[in-house]
Amino acid sequence: MKYLFVLPLCLLAAPLAAQSTTPADLVAQYSAEAGTEASADRGRDLFLATHTGGKPDTPSCTTCHSPDPKAMGQARTGKPIDPLAPSANSERFTDLKFVEKWFGRNCNSVFGRDCTAAEKADVVAWLSSL
Amino acid sequence: MIKTLTFAVAAVVFAGAINADEMEYMPPVTHAATLEECSACHMAYPAGFLPPQSWKVMMTGLDDHFGENAGLDEETRAEIEAYLVANAGRDRSRSNAVPLRISDLPWFRHEHEEEVSNRQFEKAKSWANCNACHKQAEQGIFEDD
Repeated sequence: MKYLFVLPLCLLAAPLAAQSTTPADLVAQYSAEAGTEASADRGRDLFLATHTGGKPDTPSCTTCHSPDPKAMGQARTGKPIDPLAPSANSERFTDLKFVEKWFGRNCNSVFGRDCTAAEKADVVAWLSSL
Repeated sequence: MIKTLTFAVAAVVFAGAINADEMEYMPPVTHAATLEECSACHMAYPAGFLPPQSWKVMMTGLDDHFGENAGLDEETRAEIEAYLVANAGRDRSRSNAVPLRISDLPWFRHEHEEEVSNRQFEKAKSWANCNACHKQAEQGIFEDD
Protein backbone atom coordinates (compact mmCIF):
# COMPACT_ATOMS: atom_id res chain seq x y z
CA MET A 1 0.00 0.00 0.00
CA LYS A 2 2.82 2.35 0.91
CA TYR A 3 4.31 1.98 -2.55
CA LEU A 4 1.22 3.51 -4.05
CA PHE A 5 2.15 6.75 -2.34
CA VAL A 6 5.86 6.54 -3.00
CA LEU A 7 5.59 5.91 -6.72
CA PRO A 8 3.86 9.19 -7.65
CA LEU A 9 6.33 11.07 -5.46
CA CYS A 10 9.23 9.54 -7.39
CA LEU A 11 7.64 10.55 -10.64
CA LEU A 12 7.25 14.11 -9.39
CA ALA A 13 10.81 14.26 -8.12
CA ALA A 14 12.34 12.93 -11.32
CA PRO A 15 12.20 16.13 -13.40
CA LEU A 16 13.56 18.16 -10.47
CA ALA A 17 16.57 15.90 -10.15
CA ALA A 18 17.32 15.98 -13.87
CA GLN A 19 20.61 17.61 -14.71
CA SER A 20 19.51 18.99 -18.01
CA THR A 21 16.54 20.39 -19.78
CA THR A 22 15.92 22.55 -22.83
CA PRO A 23 14.20 25.92 -23.22
CA ALA A 24 11.30 24.20 -25.02
CA ASP A 25 10.93 21.58 -22.27
CA LEU A 26 10.91 24.32 -19.65
CA VAL A 27 8.20 26.27 -21.43
CA ALA A 28 6.15 23.06 -21.72
CA GLN A 29 6.74 22.15 -18.09
CA TYR A 30 5.90 25.59 -16.66
CA SER A 31 2.88 25.94 -18.98
CA ALA A 32 1.55 22.56 -17.86
CA GLU A 33 2.07 23.58 -14.25
CA ALA A 34 0.26 26.86 -14.86
CA GLY A 35 -2.50 25.33 -16.92
CA THR A 36 -2.18 28.11 -19.50
CA GLU A 37 -0.29 28.56 -22.73
CA ALA A 38 2.90 30.58 -22.62
CA SER A 39 2.93 34.03 -24.20
CA ALA A 40 6.22 35.48 -25.41
CA ASP A 41 4.62 38.96 -25.54
CA ARG A 42 3.60 38.78 -21.89
CA GLY A 43 7.09 37.54 -21.06
CA ARG A 44 8.66 40.51 -22.84
CA ASP A 45 6.42 42.98 -21.02
CA LEU A 46 7.17 41.42 -17.65
CA PHE A 47 10.90 41.39 -18.31
CA LEU A 48 11.15 44.98 -19.52
CA ALA A 49 8.75 46.59 -17.02
CA THR A 50 9.71 48.47 -13.89
CA HIS A 51 8.17 46.86 -10.83
CA THR A 52 7.44 47.79 -7.25
CA GLY A 53 7.25 45.44 -4.32
CA GLY A 54 10.75 44.07 -4.61
CA LYS A 55 14.04 45.40 -3.34
CA PRO A 56 14.62 49.07 -4.18
CA ASP A 57 17.98 48.46 -5.89
CA THR A 58 16.49 45.97 -8.36
CA PRO A 59 13.22 47.31 -9.79
CA SER A 60 13.48 45.41 -13.09
CA CYS A 61 15.01 42.31 -14.67
CA THR A 62 16.91 44.83 -16.78
CA THR A 63 18.64 46.31 -13.73
CA CYS A 64 21.23 43.56 -14.18
CA HIS A 65 20.26 41.78 -17.39
CA SER A 66 20.46 43.92 -20.49
CA PRO A 67 17.11 45.01 -22.01
CA ASP A 68 18.53 43.22 -25.06
CA PRO A 69 18.77 39.61 -23.85
CA LYS A 70 21.20 38.78 -26.64
CA ALA A 71 23.68 41.22 -25.11
CA MET A 72 25.78 40.94 -21.96
CA GLY A 73 24.34 42.26 -18.72
CA GLN A 74 26.14 43.55 -15.66
CA ALA A 75 25.50 42.82 -11.99
CA ARG A 76 25.42 45.75 -9.55
CA THR A 77 28.85 44.57 -8.45
CA GLY A 78 30.27 45.29 -11.90
CA LYS A 79 30.57 41.62 -12.84
CA PRO A 80 29.41 40.84 -16.39
CA ILE A 81 26.40 38.53 -16.86
CA ASP A 82 26.25 36.30 -19.92
CA PRO A 83 23.31 36.84 -22.31
CA LEU A 84 19.97 35.25 -21.37
CA ALA A 85 18.72 34.45 -24.87
CA PRO A 86 19.54 30.85 -25.79
CA SER A 87 20.35 32.04 -29.33
CA ALA A 88 23.23 34.05 -27.90
CA ASN A 89 24.19 31.67 -25.10
CA SER A 90 23.50 27.98 -25.62
CA GLU A 91 23.98 27.16 -21.93
CA ARG A 92 20.87 29.07 -20.91
CA PHE A 93 17.88 27.07 -19.71
CA THR A 94 19.63 23.73 -19.87
CA ASP A 95 19.87 23.10 -16.11
CA LEU A 96 16.58 23.05 -14.22
CA LYS A 97 18.16 23.39 -10.79
CA PHE A 98 20.10 26.47 -11.91
CA VAL A 99 17.04 28.00 -13.55
CA GLU A 100 14.91 27.44 -10.45
CA LYS A 101 17.60 28.87 -8.16
CA TRP A 102 17.82 32.08 -10.15
CA PHE A 103 14.09 32.52 -10.73
CA GLY A 104 13.73 32.03 -6.96
CA ARG A 105 16.30 34.69 -6.14
CA ASN A 106 15.60 37.22 -8.83
CA CYS A 107 11.79 37.15 -8.69
CA ASN A 108 12.10 37.86 -4.99
CA SER A 109 14.59 40.67 -5.60
CA VAL A 110 12.49 42.30 -8.33
CA PHE A 111 8.87 41.49 -7.35
CA GLY A 112 9.24 40.67 -3.68
CA ARG A 113 7.66 37.25 -4.29
CA ASP A 114 8.17 34.02 -6.20
CA CYS A 115 7.22 34.07 -9.86
CA THR A 116 4.25 31.98 -10.91
CA ALA A 117 4.70 29.07 -13.28
CA ALA A 118 2.83 31.12 -15.90
CA GLU A 119 5.28 34.02 -15.56
CA LYS A 120 8.26 31.68 -15.88
CA ALA A 121 6.72 30.06 -18.96
CA ASP A 122 6.14 33.50 -20.53
CA VAL A 123 9.66 34.78 -19.87
CA VAL A 124 11.39 31.63 -21.09
CA ALA A 125 9.12 31.63 -24.16
CA TRP A 126 10.10 35.21 -24.98
CA LEU A 127 13.82 34.69 -24.40
CA SER A 128 13.74 31.54 -26.55
CA SER A 129 12.01 33.38 -29.37
CA LEU A 130 14.79 35.93 -29.82
CA MET B 1 49.93 19.12 23.00
CA ILE B 2 46.99 21.46 23.18
CA LYS B 3 49.36 24.36 23.85
CA THR B 4 51.42 23.49 20.80
CA LEU B 5 48.32 23.30 18.66
CA THR B 6 47.03 26.61 19.95
CA PHE B 7 50.36 28.21 19.19
CA ALA B 8 50.40 26.77 15.67
CA VAL B 9 46.89 28.03 14.98
CA ALA B 10 47.72 31.45 16.41
CA ALA B 11 50.82 31.64 14.22
CA VAL B 12 48.80 30.87 11.11
CA VAL B 13 46.11 33.44 11.98
CA PHE B 14 48.76 36.04 12.73
CA ALA B 15 50.55 35.39 9.45
CA GLY B 16 47.25 35.86 7.63
CA ALA B 17 46.72 39.18 9.34
CA ILE B 18 50.15 40.44 8.28
CA ASN B 19 49.42 39.58 4.68
CA ALA B 20 46.11 41.40 4.84
CA ASP B 21 47.80 44.50 6.20
CA GLU B 22 50.06 44.61 3.20
CA MET B 23 47.15 43.96 0.86
CA GLU B 24 49.28 41.59 -1.10
CA TYR B 25 48.10 38.07 -0.54
CA MET B 26 45.09 36.52 1.09
CA PRO B 27 44.51 32.79 0.58
CA PRO B 28 41.80 32.43 -2.08
CA VAL B 29 38.66 30.34 -1.62
CA THR B 30 39.35 26.70 -2.37
CA HIS B 31 36.08 25.14 -1.14
CA ALA B 32 34.09 24.02 -4.20
CA ALA B 33 30.58 25.08 -3.12
CA THR B 34 31.79 28.44 -1.78
CA LEU B 35 33.74 29.08 -4.94
CA GLU B 36 30.77 28.27 -7.14
CA GLU B 37 27.99 30.01 -5.22
CA CYS B 38 29.89 33.06 -3.99
CA SER B 39 31.37 33.87 -7.37
CA ALA B 40 28.05 34.12 -9.21
CA CYS B 41 27.66 37.89 -8.78
CA HIS B 42 31.12 38.86 -7.60
CA MET B 43 34.42 37.06 -7.15
CA ALA B 44 34.48 34.69 -4.17
CA TYR B 45 36.09 36.89 -1.53
CA PRO B 46 38.70 35.22 0.63
CA ALA B 47 37.26 34.11 3.99
CA GLY B 48 40.16 35.83 5.74
CA PHE B 49 38.84 39.29 4.87
CA LEU B 50 36.12 39.09 7.53
CA PRO B 51 36.03 37.75 11.08
CA PRO B 52 33.97 34.65 11.90
CA GLN B 53 30.99 36.49 13.39
CA SER B 54 30.61 38.43 10.14
CA TRP B 55 30.33 35.29 8.05
CA LYS B 56 27.77 33.87 10.46
CA VAL B 57 25.55 36.92 10.10
CA MET B 58 26.16 37.14 6.35
CA MET B 59 25.15 33.55 5.80
CA THR B 60 21.93 33.84 7.79
CA GLY B 61 20.72 36.90 5.87
CA LEU B 62 21.05 35.78 2.27
CA ASP B 63 17.46 36.75 1.47
CA ASP B 64 18.70 40.35 1.58
CA HIS B 65 22.34 40.19 0.58
CA PHE B 66 23.32 43.84 0.04
CA GLY B 67 19.96 44.50 -1.55
CA GLU B 68 19.49 41.25 -3.45
CA ASN B 69 18.15 37.81 -2.74
CA ALA B 70 21.06 35.36 -2.75
CA GLY B 71 19.21 32.48 -1.12
CA LEU B 72 20.63 28.97 -1.14
CA ASP B 73 19.25 25.57 -0.21
CA GLU B 74 19.93 24.89 3.46
CA GLU B 75 22.49 22.15 2.90
CA THR B 76 24.68 24.29 0.66
CA ARG B 77 24.22 27.37 2.86
CA ALA B 78 25.34 25.53 5.99
CA GLU B 79 28.32 23.97 4.21
CA ILE B 80 29.49 27.36 2.95
CA GLU B 81 29.01 29.04 6.32
CA ALA B 82 31.09 26.32 8.00
CA TYR B 83 33.90 26.84 5.50
CA LEU B 84 33.89 30.64 5.78
CA VAL B 85 33.80 30.60 9.58
CA ALA B 86 36.59 28.02 9.78
CA ASN B 87 38.78 30.11 7.48
CA ALA B 88 37.77 33.55 8.69
CA GLY B 89 40.19 36.28 9.58
CA ARG B 90 41.09 37.51 13.02
CA ASP B 91 38.55 39.67 14.77
CA ARG B 92 40.30 43.03 14.99
CA SER B 93 37.40 44.98 16.39
CA ARG B 94 37.41 45.90 20.03
CA SER B 95 33.67 46.16 20.31
CA ASN B 96 32.42 42.86 18.92
CA ALA B 97 31.47 44.68 15.75
CA VAL B 98 30.07 42.63 12.89
CA PRO B 99 31.38 44.25 9.71
CA LEU B 100 29.66 42.95 6.57
CA ARG B 101 31.07 45.09 3.79
CA ILE B 102 34.76 44.39 3.28
CA SER B 103 34.99 47.74 1.50
CA ASP B 104 33.92 49.55 4.70
CA LEU B 105 36.79 48.12 6.75
CA PRO B 106 39.40 50.68 7.81
CA TRP B 107 42.28 48.91 6.11
CA PHE B 108 40.32 48.67 2.87
CA ARG B 109 39.48 52.36 2.89
CA HIS B 110 43.02 53.27 3.79
CA GLU B 111 44.43 51.19 0.95
CA HIS B 112 42.00 52.52 -1.67
CA GLU B 113 41.48 56.15 -0.76
CA GLU B 114 43.56 58.41 -2.97
CA GLU B 115 44.77 55.29 -4.85
CA VAL B 116 41.76 54.84 -7.09
CA SER B 117 40.94 57.49 -9.67
CA ASN B 118 37.36 58.35 -10.59
CA ARG B 119 37.99 56.86 -13.99
CA GLN B 120 39.19 53.58 -12.50
CA PHE B 121 36.21 53.46 -10.20
CA GLU B 122 33.76 54.15 -13.02
CA LYS B 123 35.27 51.30 -14.97
CA ALA B 124 35.05 48.92 -12.01
CA LYS B 125 31.54 50.19 -11.18
CA SER B 126 31.72 49.00 -7.57
CA TRP B 127 34.18 48.26 -4.78
CA ALA B 128 32.89 44.70 -5.07
CA ASN B 129 34.71 44.32 -8.37
CA CYS B 130 38.24 43.57 -7.10
CA ASN B 131 39.46 42.00 -10.32
CA ALA B 132 38.69 45.10 -12.36
CA CYS B 133 42.05 46.40 -11.07
CA HIS B 134 43.64 43.49 -9.20
CA LYS B 135 43.95 41.13 -12.13
CA GLN B 136 45.12 38.24 -9.97
CA ALA B 137 42.59 38.77 -7.20
CA GLU B 138 41.02 35.37 -7.76
CA GLN B 139 44.41 33.82 -7.01
CA GLY B 140 44.54 35.78 -3.76
CA ILE B 141 47.02 38.35 -5.05
CA PHE B 142 45.98 41.94 -4.37
CA GLU B 143 49.12 43.81 -5.28
CA ASP B 144 48.80 47.31 -6.64
CA ASP B 145 48.54 47.26 -10.40
